[in-house]
Amino acid sequence: MMLPDPAATGLARVRKIEGDALGLRTPAFAPTEGAGDLLEVSLGPHHPSTHGVFRMDVVLDGERIVRLKPVFGYLHRNHEKLGEATSYLGSMPYTDRLDYLNSMTNNWAYALAVEKLAGIPVTERAEYVRVVLAELSRLLNHTCLAGFLMQDCGCSGTPLMYAFREREKILDLFESLSGSRMMCNVQRFGGCRVDPSAEWLAATRRLVDGYGAFLDEFEALLSGNEIVMARTQGVGRLPAALAVNAGITGPMLRASGVGHDLRKVDGYGVYPRFNFRVPIGRDGDVYDRYMVRMLEMRESIAILDQALRDLPGGPILDPKAKQRGLRPKAGEAYGRIEGPKGEIGFFLVSDGTGNPTRYRVRAPSFVNLTVLEDLCLGHTVADAVIILGSIDIVLGEVDR
Amino acid sequence: MILAVAPASPADAWLERAPLLLRDALTGWLPDALRPWVSALLSIAVILGVFGLLFAYMTLAERKLLGRMQNRPGPNRTGPFGLLQPFADAIKALTKEDIVPRAADRVLHFLAPVVLVALSLLGLAVIPFGRNLVAVELEAAVLYFFAAGAATELSIFMAGWASRNKYSLLAAMRALAQLISYEVPLLLSVVPVVVVAGSLSTTGIVAAQGGWAAGIWPHWHALTPWGFSAFAVFMIAALAESNRSPFDLPEAESELIAGHLTEYSGFKYALFFMAEYLGMAALSAMAVTLFLGGWQAPLGLLEFVPSYAWFGVKLLLLLLGFIWIRATFPRLRIDQLTRLSWKFLVPLALVNLLNGGFWAATADWSGPAAAVRWLVSALLVVVPFVALARSLAAGYGPRTYRYAPS
Amino acid sequence: MLGKGLLQGLAVTAKNLVGSYHDPARYVTQEYPEVPPKLPEAYRNFPFLVSETADDPMGTLRCVACQICEKECPPQCIYIEKSKDKKPDATGKPQIYPAVFAIDTAVCMSCQICVEVCPFDAIKMDQEFAIAATDRFGGLLLNREQLAKPNAYYHQIHPTEAAEVDARLAAERRAAEEKARLAAAAKAAPKAAAPASAAMSPTRTAPAPTAAVPPPAPPPSSP
Repeated sequence: MMLPDPAATGLARVRKIEGDALGLRTPAFAPTEGAGDLLEVSLGPHHPSTHGVFRMDVVLDGERIVRLKPVFGYLHRNHEKLGEATSYLGSMPYTDRLDYLNSMTNNWAYALAVEKLAGIPVTERAEYVRVVLAELSRLLNHTCLAGFLMQDCGCSGTPLMYAFREREKILDLFESLSGSRMMCNVQRFGGCRVDPSAEWLAATRRLVDGYGAFLDEFEALLSGNEIVMARTQGVGRLPAALAVNAGITGPMLRASGVGHDLRKVDGYGVYPRFNFRVPIGRDGDVYDRYMVRMLEMRESIAILDQALRDLPGGPILDPKAKQRGLRPKAGEAYGRIEGPKGEIGFFLVSDGTGNPTRYRVRAPSFVNLTVLEDLCLGHTVADAVIILGSIDIVLGEVDR
Repeated sequence: MILAVAPASPADAWLERAPLLLRDALTGWLPDALRPWVSALLSIAVILGVFGLLFAYMTLAERKLLGRMQNRPGPNRTGPFGLLQPFADAIKALTKEDIVPRAADRVLHFLAPVVLVALSLLGLAVIPFGRNLVAVELEAAVLYFFAAGAATELSIFMAGWASRNKYSLLAAMRALAQLISYEVPLLLSVVPVVVVAGSLSTTGIVAAQGGWAAGIWPHWHALTPWGFSAFAVFMIAALAESNRSPFDLPEAESELIAGHLTEYSGFKYALFFMAEYLGMAALSAMAVTLFLGGWQAPLGLLEFVPSYAWFGVKLLLLLLGFIWIRATFPRLRIDQLTRLSWKFLVPLALVNLLNGGFWAATADWSGPAAAVRWLVSALLVVVPFVALARSLAAGYGPRTYRYAPS
Repeated sequence: MLGKGLLQGLAVTAKNLVGSYHDPARYVTQEYPEVPPKLPEAYRNFPFLVSETADDPMGTLRCVACQICEKECPPQCIYIEKSKDKKPDATGKPQIYPAVFAIDTAVCMSCQICVEVCPFDAIKMDQEFAIAATDRFGGLLLNREQLAKPNAYYHQIHPTEAAEVDARLAAERRAAEEKARLAAAAKAAPKAAAPASAAMSPTRTAPAPTAAVPPPAPPPSSP
């Protein structure tokens, strides 16, 4: 994976697990001698906690998981092949439908890849607007994730409804800006399709100012709750070495104690101008993954605060930037950003025609899901459900 | 039923005696031999009617309150404020197709909900709902109640086993573990009450809680240190016994997709639902009887309110507590559930047994000695709670987080 | 202390229970059929075709069947057949018009790319969302008669945007007239001035009868 030099980012202590070339597999859990029969249960594809059409084939010894096979592809929509048959502009709305909670960041990553490929400069105002939209998207994603995770934990919908209440406010902003709540289709090559008005910015400012209070209340409900701590602490531990070797990114990697954040590492867009911190966990368990996201939201609020304050005027979209009939000269480019779920990247190969010859998505949900079995072995069914919840997958992105 | 009317003035009030007068009016013309039978049938009809309606409106109240706690309106389309929703639900449940899996054990599959409802209703027979309002006056009413209640988890096991579904089977396993774990603290928490009240009869226990210390502090068991501890243990165990959140492991919608209910639909499903609420109501009624003074008014001034109304108010408050808890907490894991019982509730209840004994032995302490009595009893609650809570929560706790060096 | 977090949680739900009765920031439910949603101006759903007038929509479609949107539509839900003849457009200039213009709204993903690429401001996004139908083709495959909506409607749903578009079109028209006038003056031929004067005239020829025929299901878009 495209990880930076380990020594430079404090990853030096990460090393390959001996005897296992990739370090991806933990030794299979052997059922104890004389144990009863094993029970194979198919969790999903229609299961309330698989977050879509995803299936976990688990083999149980009592309630303990002996083997787990993730089965996916139920939502495969040929996204990448479609991208090769569609113009550069035409693929933009399709990227909305990858991780359908975060169309804003998907758009940005794709726009970044095309801008790199065709050498299109981005206007100053658009860079700031992109940051605002991406961080709002991060708030939305993490809030919903916490709600879903607690729903998996067995809450009767309360945290989820609170999360959705706040998400609705962000979605209202997205809708009044882009015309659609979730399929925003906002980014264009060289800027954004729409220019936020002063009223929109004021409404965003109000939301950002009030979000901290919501997080306080949300955390009062959950973070200190003894049942939540008992359920999530020590469950689904992901060692830093395994995380790095498996290419895990995003909050899941940071929860395992690796301070890798593309906003700092790549410094894409105008992120280097903002003052924010990258929270990291220690144990890499479900609780850390939850808390790291909670802390990340606080940092997002700080970024939004600065971005809204410093938002420059000027054009939102370079009028010279070509959208329709874009024909980048032959070459390849990889554009990646720190999406709410991890590194979302688009790899494009151009042969000089109007469509890319190769269009590839590096979907964080998909890569993060690969360690599911390692996290679940030896835990119970109830744990498997919250481990899956803490990975934060969206099947639209996993299956593409 | 007890026919003797207490001479105290509140008992003579017209409203207070209304249920008895009604019964006498309905059965007075019958020959003496028939009268007890008819009045027994009447009490059954009243209990079925009242608790049937209570079930119907508890489901509505639960959905409404849960909705409001989650910032949404809850059901509001059927009738004014959704008040006809329970009836709409009943019609829907009755008209739905009853699906029985081909591989299921048809007899057990049918029997499980029926047995469950029947067993849940049995307990209500010995609850004194008001002064002189008890369907069956038993010497060992408390024992009878828990014997009937313990069988409910077995019908959940029956449902899970008969469904021939892997999720249901897992639910059945969980239900058994839960049954074994929580019967113990439930019963242990009741023993000190029996010791202090010196009676196994529910009416006797309620009578023992009559009167007020210093005129304002009711002699309810829950208002003494040992009684409060026993009440808390009882309510936690009651939550688990009635399979309510955070102990709804057999059902576990997000893990086992409703567990033992997975293969039930239509009216059988509604029966399970009914049994859950009846069980919850029966346990709450028992808690009111054992710890909250039964039908006794909290203040002498308020005795003009009929006793059954006080009972109803206390019962509803406890049931609202169940809903509130459901709206707030996530579910425990099965090993944590059993650990909570064996490593926390059972030792706590055992110490409380000692505490209850101490309270019964020092019943005649008064003046400064009474203060010592309260202090010792309180210490016997707080110290084991702190010690046990510390060992239970070992390894868990809030964490502090670092930030990556930039 | 064990139980502190639990009590804190109970306090939060109690606060929300009370808050949902008096605090609009907490109780956000809109009861949809009774309370219609307040759609933001930018809201988009499915495309429609803009016609200049309401009484003769087919005769005053802005669309000139250039087929750019058909080509750019990512899910390829637009099907256009050019007319064989020419009809005068709003400015009176003879133009090709869409003999068939169909959008399969079951395929459309409301991405607005057709609107962005249209050089004639002829296709815009509608806000009508209650479009459930029981008939897959009859109800969801819209032909040009169903798609055409007057400019006044566009003004109603997207006032700011429509005003901009009208101003731009008027400017273009003025420029075109100016150009035509200059050209006419240069040629000094009386016949050349005809289009410019026709633009002022409200009379218009009736639409061709073929236009009323509903389109067939769109053929596969790629050969």
